[in-house]
Amino acid sequence: MKAKITVTPKKAVLDPQGKAVQNALEQMGYKGLRGVHVGKYLEIEVEGDRETVKAQLEEACRKLLSNPVIEDFHLVLE
Amino acid sequence: MTEPAITPELIQKHGLTPDEFARIETILGRRPNYTELGIFSVMWSEHCSYKNTRPLLKGFPTKSEKILVGAGEENAGIIDIGDGLAIAFKIESHNHPSAVEPFQGAATGVGGIIRDIFTMGARPICALNSLRFGELTSPEVRRLFTGVVSGIAHYGNCFGIPTLAGEVYFDKSYEGNPLVNAFCLGVLRHEQIARGAAKGIGNPVFYVGPATGRDGLAGAAFASQDLTEESAEGQRGAVQVGDPFMEKLVMEACLELLATGVVAGIQDMGAAGLTCSTCETAARAGTGIEIELTKVPQRAPNMTSYEIMLSESQERMLIIVNKGHEAAVQKIFDKWDLPWAEIGFVTDTGRMIVRNHGEVVVDIPAKKLTDEAPLYTRDSREPAYLAAVRGFTLAGVPVTKNPGADLQALLAWPSIASKNWVYRQYDYMVRNGTVVCPGSDAAVLRIKQDAVPVLPDGTTGPAFEDKFIALTVDCNATYVYLDPYEGSKLAVAEAARNLACSGAVPLGTTDNLNFANPHNPELFYQLKRSVEGLAEGCRAFNAPVTGGNVSLYNQNPSGPIDPTPTVAMVGIIDDPKHITTQWFKDEGDVVILLGNIVDAADPLLGLGGSAYLQSLHKLKTGTPPRCDLPTEVRLHEGLRGMIRQGWIKSAHDCSEGGLAVAIAESCISQQTGRSTPRLIGAEVEIPGDQRLDALLFGESQARIVISVNPSDVDGTLAFARSAGIPANRLGTVGGARLTIRAAGTTLATETNVLHDAWWNAIARAME
Amino acid sequence: MNFAVLQFPASNCDQDAIHVLKNVLGHSARLVWHKDQSLGAVDGVIVPGGFSYGDYLRTGAIARFSPIMQAVQQFAANGGLVLGICNGFQILCEAGLLPGALIRNRSLQFRCENVFLKPGSSHTPFTRSIPEGALLRIPIAHGEGCFYADDATLDQIEREDRVLFRYVDAQGNRSEESNPNGSVRNIAGICNTARNVGGMMPHPERASEPILGMADGRWIFESILAELAERQKSRAA
Repeated sequence: MKAKITVTPKKAVLDPQGKAVQNALEQMGYKGLRGVHVGKYLEIEVEGDRETVKAQLEEACRKLLSNPVIEDFHLVLE
Repeated sequence: MTEPAITPELIQKHGLTPDEFARIETILGRRPNYTELGIFSVMWSEHCSYKNTRPLLKGFPTKSEKILVGAGEENAGIIDIGDGLAIAFKIESHNHPSAVEPFQGAATGVGGIIRDIFTMGARPICALNSLRFGELTSPEVRRLFTGVVSGIAHYGNCFGIPTLAGEVYFDKSYEGNPLVNAFCLGVLRHEQIARGAAKGIGNPVFYVGPATGRDGLAGAAFASQDLTEESAEGQRGAVQVGDPFMEKLVMEACLELLATGVVAGIQDMGAAGLTCSTCETAARAGTGIEIELTKVPQRAPNMTSYEIMLSESQERMLIIVNKGHEAAVQKIFDKWDLPWAEIGFVTDTGRMIVRNHGEVVVDIPAKKLTDEAPLYTRDSREPAYLAAVRGFTLAGVPVTKNPGADLQALLAWPSIASKNWVYRQYDYMVRNGTVVCPGSDAAVLRIKQDAVPVLPDGTTGPAFEDKFIALTVDCNATYVYLDPYEGSKLAVAEAARNLACSGAVPLGTTDNLNFANPHNPELFYQLKRSVEGLAEGCRAFNAPVTGGNVSLYNQNPSGPIDPTPTVAMVGIIDDPKHITTQWFKDEGDVVILLGNIVDAADPLLGLGGSAYLQSLHKLKTGTPPRCDLPTEVRLHEGLRGMIRQGWIKSAHDCSEGGLAVAIAESCISQQTGRSTPRLIGAEVEIPGDQRLDALLFGESQARIVISVNPSDVDGTLAFARSAGIPANRLGTVGGARLTIRAAGTTLATETNVLHDAWWNAIARAME
Repeated sequence: MNFAVLQFPASNCDQDAIHVLKNVLGHSARLVWHKDQSLGAVDGVIVPGGFSYGDYLRTGAIARFSPIMQAVQQFAANGGLVLGICNGFQILCEAGLLPGALIRNRSLQFRCENVFLKPGSSHTPFTRSIPEGALLRIPIAHGEGCFYADDATLDQIEREDRVLFRYVDAQGNRSEESNPNGSVRNIAGICNTARNVGGMMPHPERASEPILGMADGRWIFESILAELAERQKSRAA
C-alpha cells in the first residue's frame, strides 16, 4: 500500500517561503489569498498489516519525518 | 529492442556531417550501429574533441619549470608549489545547461569541475566562477541570475568548498545565453598525481557512485549547438540534477582509495559519461577496455545501450584497480555507503568493447575515437563592425558636466557594483583558509596540512609551512568584442595585475573560451585572434595555460554573445607578510598612482569601450585601451618589489570605471561585518590637461593605485623611478568624504553615499 | 584536553574544528566517525558544521539517528561538555539535547558574512572567559539558521540565563537589521538547562586566528578549556 504524508510548518512558525510565494501570486494578480504555507509531501510504498503499518509510520512521522517543534504532519494510507 | 535505422536525418540530428560519417565508416570498416553513432557524436563534438579549436590552442604556452602535468594530458593541469606539493586547477563552462535550467545547470557545472580536480588525486580546496548575464532590467535575466547564483551556492556550500572569488558582468549580448564558467583548485603531493589511464591488462574496471538514469542525455553534443528558441523548452529534460552530498562522499571515498595505492587509473564521468571515461582511459594507456552494461547500476528500467552509454548522470567515477585488490574498493565504498560495481576489465586489443547481456553492442578502436576526430581550419574574416569601431572618435562625446553624479552612477552600474549580493550566498570561508575574502582584487587562500590528501601511511606527509596562493578570474569582454586580439591580452594583463596587487607571482592560467558559431568566418575571426592574444599575454607573464575549456555556439536568436575568453590565473605569495588588499588603511597615508595618468598615445584616452561610455553615453564602441605587455610586466614586478620592501599598505588595479572608481573602491570596499563597512575618505588631485572624463573614468591600462605611509613615500617614488615605472603622488587618505580635483573641477562626496550606491546596487536591481 | 569532533557524511567543518583545537590551541582532538558506538576517553565533544546527509529532509534530522549520537546523549547526560556549531547546533536541536529548532533564513538565501555577537550570559562553560562587555565578531554561513522556539520555551531560556549569544550591530544594539536570519529574540546560541550542552550558528572555529582577520572565536574555546581545567582541578582535589 501507499502512505501519503504531508508535513507543513506550524502556523505560529515564520514561513518565509510561504510568504514569498504569496507575494509572487499577489504580484501576478491573484486576489483573496489568505495565506500560503509551503510544506513537504512524502510517498512511502510499504507492505504489511494496515494497523501495524499505520502505527509504525505515525511513530516515524513524529521521530524523523517531521519535527514537532516546527511542523505538523498528516498521514493517509491508501 | 529494435534500434533506429541509421538514416541521413539521424546522422544530422547527431550533429555529424556526411564527411564525418564517412570517416566513421572507414574507421570501423562498416556502418556504425545506433549506439556507436551516439558515441561518435559525443566524442566528436566540440566539447570533447576541440575539432574547431585544437590547431589554434597549439599556440598557447604550456610549459614552465613548474608544470608537472601539462595542458591536454589529463583532466586538469598540475603545477609545483614547492615542498613536494602541487596544485591542480581548471575552469569549465556550463552555459547551455544553465540557460535551460539555471539552478541545476550551474550546480552541475560546479560538480563537474570539482570531479575533474579530485580525479587527479587532489583534494579540492576552493572554487571560483565567472558569470555573464543580460541586463538586470529584464525579469527573465533576474530569474536566470538568481537561479545560477543559488545553484552554485547550493552545490559548493553543501560540498564544503569555499567559493572565493569571481566576476559577474551584465550585457545585452548575453540575454538568453548566460555564461557560467566554474573553476576549481585542488592540492596534492607530487607522488599523488593520479592518471586517467586504463593501465594493466586484465585489471578490473569499477563503476562507483550513484546509479545511471536518463539524465542529461547527450549533453556534450547539446553544448555544441546554437541555442534556439525551442531548445530551452525542448531540452529541459536533458539537464542533469546534481547531488553535492553524493559528490562529497564520492570524493572522500576516491581519495581514500587512491591512498591505498591500488588504483591503476581513475576518471570522472562528465560529458558523455561512461563513453568518454572508458574510451579515453583506454586511449591514454594504449590499451583496450571491455565492459558489460548489465552490471552498470541503473536507476530507470529498460534503459538501452545507447542511453546507458550516453547518460550524464552526475557524481559517477570510473576506477581501474590493480588485479587482486578488488576488496579495497568494496571496503571503502561500503564504508561511505556508496554504490559500486565491477563492470569490466582492461584488454590489450586497443578496442572499446561494450556488451549488453553478453552481446557486443559497441566495438570501436579507442584511440581512433579519441584522437582522430576531424580537425577543421575554419575560415576567418575580420568582422565588418570593427571598421566602425576603429573610426570612432571622442569628437561627438560631450565632456561630463556632473562628474560627481557620474561617479555614483558608475559605482552603481551592475558590472562595477559590489557583488556582495552574489558572494554572500556562497560559503567563502569553509576550510579555514580564506585570508582575503571576496571583494578585493584577488582572493588569497592559505594551504595548510589538512588540505593534502591522505598518503598510504595514513598521514598527510611531512609538515610544511603554510602556503599562500592568490586567485582571480577576469575578462572584460567588451574590450574583446572591440578588438579580439588586444582585448584578450588585456584580459590576461588584468588577471596578472590583480595577482600582483595581492602580492602574488603568477604560476599558471586556465582559460574558458566562450564564443559563438565557428562556422561564421567573422565569429571565427574573434576566436582566432583572441587565442593569439591570450597566448601572447600568458607568455609575457610566464603564466602558461594548464588547460581549460572551449564553449562555442553561444548565441541566441538575436545574435552572438560578446567573445568572452575568461582568464583564471593562480599565483603564489612567498611570505604571508606580503599579502596585500585593495582598501586604504590609515588616515594620513599617501595615495600614489603607479603608471601613467592617461595613455596619451591612445586617441581615445582610455575611453574606448569604457564603462563610462557604455553606462552614461550608451556607446559600446571605440578601440579599447592599448595593452603594452612589457610595461605591464615592469609594473607588476615593481609593485611586488615595493610590497617586499614592506611599503605598500594597499594596492588596487585600475580597471572598469578608471581612476576615480578605483580610488572610490579603495575608500569603501572594506567590510568588517554585517552592515558595517569600514569607510575612509581621501583627498586627491589628478594631474593632466586631458578632458575631465578621461582623467576620471578613462581605462588606460597598466595603472595601480597604492597607498603608503608618509615616511615611505620617498622610498616608493625612488624605487618606481629606478624601475622605470611612472609614479604620481595624488593625495592623502582620510576624512569622511572622497574629494577629487581634476581639470579645474572638484567633486566631493561622502563615502557613505558612495558606499551605498556601490554596495546596494545589485540588491536594489533584484528587488 | 582531549576532544572528539564528530564526522557525519558531509560534515564540512570537522577539519576546521580539529585545526583550531590542535594547531591553534595545542590540545588533542580527533575525528570520530558517525557509525562508531563510542566516543572514547574525551573531555569534550564538538558537533561540527556542514551539511550532514546533504541537509535532506531537515537539517540535522538524519544525523541525529547516527549510532554515535547515542554515545553523545550518554556523555551529555553525565555532564560532559558538548558544543554544536552551525549544523552541529541543528543536530543537537533535532536530537532534543537543546530546545527549539533552526529553520530557513528569513531572506530564503544562504548567508555568509561576519556578524556581531553579544554574550547573553557569562555563566556558561561556553562564554565564561569572554571579557565583560565584549562584542565578538564571528562569521555565519548558513541557509537555515533562524532559531525558533515557542514563547514559553523562550521565556524559560531567558529566565534561566541560557542565551549564549545574540545578534547585535557593531555598537552592541539588538535590532532587526542586525539579525541576519530572523531568529526569535535575535538568539544566535543557547545552552541546555544543565548548562553543559551548547549550540550556536556562528562559527567560532573560523575566527580564531589573526591571519584570517578575526580571533574573537577563540574566547569560546578558551571558555571551554577553562571550564574543563576547573573540573579537572575539582576532581583532583
